[in-house]
Amino acid sequence: MTVMEQRGAYRPTPPPAWKPRTDPAPLLPDTEPYRVLGTDAAAQADPELLRRLYAQLVRGRRYNVQATALTKQGRLAVYPSSTGQEACEVAAALALQERDWLFPSYRDTLAVVARGVDPVEALTLLRGDWHTGYDPYEHRVAPLSTPLATQLPHAVGLAHAARLKGDDVVALAMVGDGGTSEGDFHEALNFAAVWQAPVVFLVQNNGFAISVPLAKQTAAPSLAHKAVGYGMPGRLVDGNDAAAVHEVLTDAVRRAREGGGPTLVEAVTYRIEAHTNADDATRYRGDAEVETWREHDPIQLLERELTARGLLDEDTKQSARDAAETMAADLRARMNQDAVLDPMDLFAHVYAEPTPQLREQQALLRAELEAEHADREGTHR
Amino acid sequence: MTTVALKPATMAQALTRALRDAMAADPSVHVLGEDVGTLGGVFRVTDGLAAEFGEDRCTDTPLAEAGILGTAVGMAMYGLRPVVEMQFDAFAYPAFEQLISHVARMRNRTRGRMPLPITVRVPYGGGIGGVEHHSDSSEAYYMATPGLHVVTPATVADAYGLLRAAIASDDPVVVLEPKRLYWSKDAWNPDDPQPVDPIGRAVVRRPGRSATLITYGPSVPVCLEAAEAARAEGWDLEVVDLRSLVPFDDETVCASVRRTGRAVVVHESGSFGGPGGEIAARVTERCFHHLEAPVLRVAGFDLPYPPPMLERHHLPGVDRILDAVARLQWEAEN
Repeated sequence: MTVMEQRGAYRPTPPPAWKPRTDPAPLLPDTEPYRVLGTDAAAQADPELLRRLYAQLVRGRRYNVQATALTKQGRLAVYPSSTGQEACEVAAALALQERDWLFPSYRDTLAVVARGVDPVEALTLLRGDWHTGYDPYEHRVAPLSTPLATQLPHAVGLAHAARLKGDDVVALAMVGDGGTSEGDFHEALNFAAVWQAPVVFLVQNNGFAISVPLAKQTAAPSLAHKAVGYGMPGRLVDGNDAAAVHEVLTDAVRRAREGGGPTLVEAVTYRIEAHTNADDATRYRGDAEVETWREHDPIQLLERELTARGLLDEDTKQSARDAAETMAADLRARMNQDAVLDPMDLFAHVYAEPTPQLREQQALLRAELEAEHADREGTHR
Repeated sequence: MTTVALKPATMAQALTRALRDAMAADPSVHVLGEDVGTLGGVFRVTDGLAAEFGEDRCTDTPLAEAGILGTAVGMAMYGLRPVVEMQFDAFAYPAFEQLISHVARMRNRTRGRMPLPITVRVPYGGGIGGVEHHSDSSEAYYMATPGLHVVTPATVADAYGLLRAAIASDDPVVVLEPKRLYWSKDAWNPDDPQPVDPIGRAVVRRPGRSATLITYGPSVPVCLEAAEAARAEGWDLEVVDLRSLVPFDDETVCASVRRTGRAVVVHESGSFGGPGGEIAARVTERCFHHLEAPVLRVAGFDLPYPPPMLERHHLPGVDRILDAVARLQWEAEN
């Protein structure tokens, strides 16, 4: 046999047959954000739920307005407002059962409050205190996370642990569009999908990461499409349609609880206010754009639907407004009292037991405080 | 009286035993990391754990250190006691944000309501002929982070005891495991492992009168060897093994230096900004009137860790230690 004949006889061994590990088609998000209000789907919505969402939205807006006012009065160090995003904030809290866990980012104090945490406690960190206020175990709300997306793997770990223990607990983790660029977003979604952890990721795409628009953040068709790469379903929803967000999140929570694994939800919304009181949004966006979104206000959307269906009378509206005012007055009154901080508390919880090194520094601060106190007493005398 | 038969065991075996005993004693102890399950870890420290306790208790994770530690945070929030393995010192860096911004401060920022009893095992240090990113001494980064305990064993018995103590601690503990001591052997009875002192206690490994070598982890055997060699020079060196870098045992260290009047700090980590500066400052602040000479440091050079073919020039060895001892102003004695 010649060399050429030998070559001709050679057939490479084919590699093992390849097939996709998951069928991507069912994971793909809709081409349009899912809507309920103003569509035929609204007729299926529970009127009681809609009225409950409405009352919470009114209260939520009032909370945002009040917290923003408190920054101007110097009562809050900073407030990242969720004005315009109340539908997402409220629906996230209402989609969960009592035994479930919420993992908020710093813009999500409204969700924390809607979950039942006292508003003053929820704002502790933003007030300028050294701790996060509320007891995370009381309402099963993780402490506010200031670094971006780092709370997402926490949610995955907690949900995974709950499942290992046999508890049917779901974790819902909140993040913004900017946060989806962080590595922890990627790692959290990957772990969640591999472990089939009962967790729901809610991305509030509010258009901006401080000043940077989504176009500079990602080239993905939508943020919901990112789910497909991890092997979990992506859902795209109108983030200003409270009924739609609530329905999509409730479905995702149910799916997680039943062992169906994680879901990524992108809620398309808009940050009406600047990033925080310290930011100037006129440097990166025009009023016209903001006005367009004001027309698509979550409270108005729901109010129109309820009114059209005769589910909202003036009394109901008034009682929602009254409840919101009561909350705001209480928040104002309590935030206007000066917080009493004991500098010695700074040493109390660094470790279960302070190290000898910390005890020395604790003694130093105590001596300084005593000297200050003695000085003041001397001056007063 | 019965005598217990002591058999030689390696540090890696003692660590495995510590994990196994902790998992058997407490069902909330979970091990997670890269290759820790089926393979038993690249250093085989988790060998057999997945088989004995199941993959839910000893879990092969995706290859992502921030994800490993980040999910461990969530597991600890729900009452588990995770033990995570960072495969190598320099591969632990992706997890730094989780470690520094969450693990180290969660107890504090929740006023003690949400402690995170997480153990982070990090094989560290050089001397194993590793290629780049496999030999870092990263202890200074951990020491500079309030909220973490940092321990490092130098003996087989301490490896067991410190890891058990770390897992039992309600605070996060970084356990720095000296890679080149993984296969070091000691006579040790695994069926009667002695408890170690609580985290934070140093130990005098070798008593001496002339000067104190303050050291830890992989440099302990080197210092003991140097102390033996120093006898020929007429020096009787004391060797203090710190075992715990945070908290730091000022008491044991200073008691030794007050006895000997001289001290050299020895570690693989670079000297600029390394642990030796802190230790020398602490000793000087507390023992100034007992010191016959400035506290000296023998450390790795301030270089990216050198390649295997050159690492012997970098690592503090017996000669460099003895040279430092010789510079401790003995003239005054004569």
